[in-house]
Amino acid sequence: MADGTPIVLSDSPRDGVEPSPSQRLKKRAFSHMGFVIGGIVLLSIFAMAMLAPLIAPHDPYDQQLARKMIPPIWHDSAKASWEFPLGTDQFGRDYLSRLIHGSQISLLIGFAAMLISGVIGTVLGVAAGYFGGKVDMVVNFIITTRLSLPVVLVALAVVSLVGNSLWIVIWVLGLLIWDRFAVVMRSTTQQVRNLDYVAAAQAIGCSTWRIIFSEIMPNIVNNLIVVATVEMAHAIILEAALSFLGLGVQPPAPSWGLMISEGKNHILFDPWLVGIPGVALFVLILSINLLGDGIRDVTAPENRN
Amino acid sequence: MLIYAVKRLSVAILVAMTVSLITFSMIYLSGDPAMALAGESASQSDIENIRRVYGYDQPIMVQYFSWLGNALTGNLGHSHYLKTEVSEVIFTRLPVTMTLGACALTFALTLSIPLGVVAAMRPNTLIDRIALTIAVIGQALPSFWFALMMIILFGVTLRWLPITGSDSWMNFIMPSVALGYYITPAVMRLTRAGMLEVLSSDYIRTARAKGLRPSVVLFKHALRNAIIPVVSLAAVQFGFMLGGSIVIETIFAINGLGQLAWESILRADLPMMQAIVLVLSCFYIVLTFLADLLNAFLDPRIRVS
Repeated sequence: MADGTPIVLSDSPRDGVEPSPSQRLKKRAFSHMGFVIGGIVLLSIFAMAMLAPLIAPHDPYDQQLARKMIPPIWHDSAKASWEFPLGTDQFGRDYLSRLIHGSQISLLIGFAAMLISGVIGTVLGVAAGYFGGKVDMVVNFIITTRLSLPVVLVALAVVSLVGNSLWIVIWVLGLLIWDRFAVVMRSTTQQVRNLDYVAAAQAIGCSTWRIIFSEIMPNIVNNLIVVATVEMAHAIILEAALSFLGLGVQPPAPSWGLMISEGKNHILFDPWLVGIPGVALFVLILSINLLGDGIRDVTAPENRN
Repeated sequence: MLIYAVKRLSVAILVAMTVSLITFSMIYLSGDPAMALAGESASQSDIENIRRVYGYDQPIMVQYFSWLGNALTGNLGHSHYLKTEVSEVIFTRLPVTMTLGACALTFALTLSIPLGVVAAMRPNTLIDRIALTIAVIGQALPSFWFALMMIILFGVTLRWLPITGSDSWMNFIMPSVALGYYITPAVMRLTRAGMLEVLSSDYIRTARAKGLRPSVVLFKHALRNAIIPVVSLAAVQFGFMLGGSIVIETIFAINGLGQLAWESILRADLPMMQAIVLVLSCFYIVLTFLADLLNAFLDPRIRVS
């Protein structure tokens, strides 16, 4: 939100003019610690994923058993070297390069699953909130049904039956985690649809589509973005859990969950194999959550002045 | 109250029916179930035979209703792999998962409710900040990774706790923490918000003005009212935890429903998978039904609307 709004240079506060709403939004955003830190970290991870082939020092798939299980540089070991700052795994693959390439998988799955669930949840939620009555009843029923299905279990079962590939995991997760979108969009739409400007739009004969897209949507989009961050983090954790159990992304892909799973057999003597990808996962999810909390605080109407 | 209960019950039954239909149709996700059962080397007549024996040659609706009828009388089918009654296996495993869930919930509530109360008593102080930080970090920790980190620390390095099995109460400590910590942020935030609202209400001011001891005001007047929404959240989260215990049980080799589910998925034991999904979903439906009834009982506004 904050970075999408253009700044109009002419009405800067120096002229003695009141700062415009977009300037105040920007100011609030950049003085919010969580928003700034989360945003910077997430952008860095995004840049890392985009530039992975350029910045990864080695080929993440290159197996060389002669150099397997080299510990990371902070270990007091003769084998540790700057050539492999985070060491190598049990197949002699450079851990740093795998970590860098793994960010692509996490971000892709998180973003794509969030988009799918966002579309499903928003359509259901807005329809329920706007039309109310029978539509609302049906949507509520669908939400309740979805909530009573255990996500991890159903995802595992479906992936095991349908077969697993990156896109199957994305679709299964996307089709399962739309519930929060639907719940939040439904209640926000209910609040917005009773406001005067919606009544005014109805009175001048705007079509339902037009009201939903140009009156309702702009006013629920803040909440939508906040839920989107939550669900993106959720999808990333779920993918990692599925891959950890061996039913998500398949080897030799450098999924962080899969790296933890492969490392867990060496947990006794080389715990860093589990530690490093876990920390990466933690930092990614933390940054998304911080950004989401930040957007919620910054865009909340009660914090506006 | 009775009208509300009957309405709510009929919704619960409808949801359970829909869930059972979804669970049933899982068989057809992998294509022809008879072919999958027979294996790759089976002849055409073998497949036909299996199709007839298992009833896969009947119309789908007939199959569904006979399956549902059996399920309602407690016959959840026959395990393809274990060659025993599914319900028998499930009911020997269910208590273990229930124990784990109960321990995890106890851990989560004893941690999050006091933290939420303290945070609400001193809003925007250091204690409040610390509680919020714990919540933010907790939400970003993938549970399976957290479990592995605890194994490294308490199981391998310090050797305080056993790593696998479910023989003694010691075995349940790490799994309960790994399963329970994930819901602490949500419970803590809800407790904090509820307490903040209640503490600023008129009857608390009256109670204080009467000269009641602060501890009486806090526990007897404030917490009792703030805890109502927490009870229903805890019920919902308990249901989610049972579904999520599959990951934790697999890591700690706990002989519960979650591990059974994972084993069944690996063995492609469909009747078992279906039964577990169905049992967990129905358990969730019953839990939320009871939570709603409790809420309606405690808050008359709900049952009227």
